[in-house]
Amino acid sequence: MKFAVTVTLKKDVLDPQGKVVGQTLKNMGIQNLKQIRQGKFFEIEIDEKDTVKAESQVKEMCEKLLANNIIENFKISKTE
Amino acid sequence: MKSSVIVFPGSNCDRDVAVALEKLQFKNSMVWHKETELPKSDLIVVPGGFSYGDYLRSGAIAAKSNILSEVINVGKKGVLILGICNGFQILIECGLLKGALLRNAGLKFVSKDIFVKVQSNKNQFFNKYKTSGVLKLNIAHNEGNYFTDKKHLEELENNDLVPLKYCDKEGNIDLKANPNGSINNIAGIFNENKNILGMMPHPERMADKIISSEDGLGLFLSLMN
Repeated sequence: MKFAVTVTLKKDVLDPQGKVVGQTLKNMGIQNLKQIRQGKFFEIEIDEKDTVKAESQVKEMCEKLLANNIIENFKISKTE
Repeated sequence: MKSSVIVFPGSNCDRDVAVALEKLQFKNSMVWHKETELPKSDLIVVPGGFSYGDYLRSGAIAAKSNILSEVINVGKKGVLILGICNGFQILIECGLLKGALLRNAGLKFVSKDIFVKVQSNKNQFFNKYKTSGVLKLNIAHNEGNYFTDKKHLEELENNDLVPLKYCDKEGNIDLKANPNGSINNIAGIFNENKNILGMMPHPERMADKIISSEDGLGLFLSLMN
């Protein structure tokens, strides 16, 4: 079973990299750009047929290692 | 005093700390991260460097290593723990200290001498310094921008849990003297019991007059008190 996980900084946390990327895009002429936030993306494949079990395992991975709950949010979606 | 310095792949300030400790006659052991038991220690140092190449987040992988579960155990029992730079990041990632260390606000790796002001000497780590004393220490990091929520920040400030703040040469704590965007100019924090200290500046780099100064030596002397 495959999952896609995105980890992004919480709304109140300063994202200096996102800011620089956003400014560069504006400099390149994209004037209607409102906001950009940079994050991380993980593709996860696990050997498990039970969707509920697999999902809770991925959630645990996020909580324990992939994301830092103090500054980051994560979003899990099943891809296969 | 017995001390242990934890060594990870990518640690690079481990030997500097050992030299400073041994200079003061600490009986020091170097402990590889795969070990599951700690030698009996009064002080544990989690040194600076780039453990696991800063993969995922600085300190995140090291925080899950074998020896860290032991460090967490003894830390909760009151053993003194000092995390310097990457060691501070590791102590945060393993939950012994609260908050987060974000990328420097200026987006650059900052390596330079800075000044910090001792906020309080009523603790085990700074009792050889004067409160409000200004120290010249060295920093070298990319993720030293301390951040925490409002409630925890108040707890830190109201309970003397911020022993060091970035300042200028005269001791003024302001934005100009803040090298990385850290909230309230915080350079180091304690846990609630003040037996665990995390700090971004490197005291071990200022422990000998021949190469720099002795501004950092007082911290190790304080620990012996």
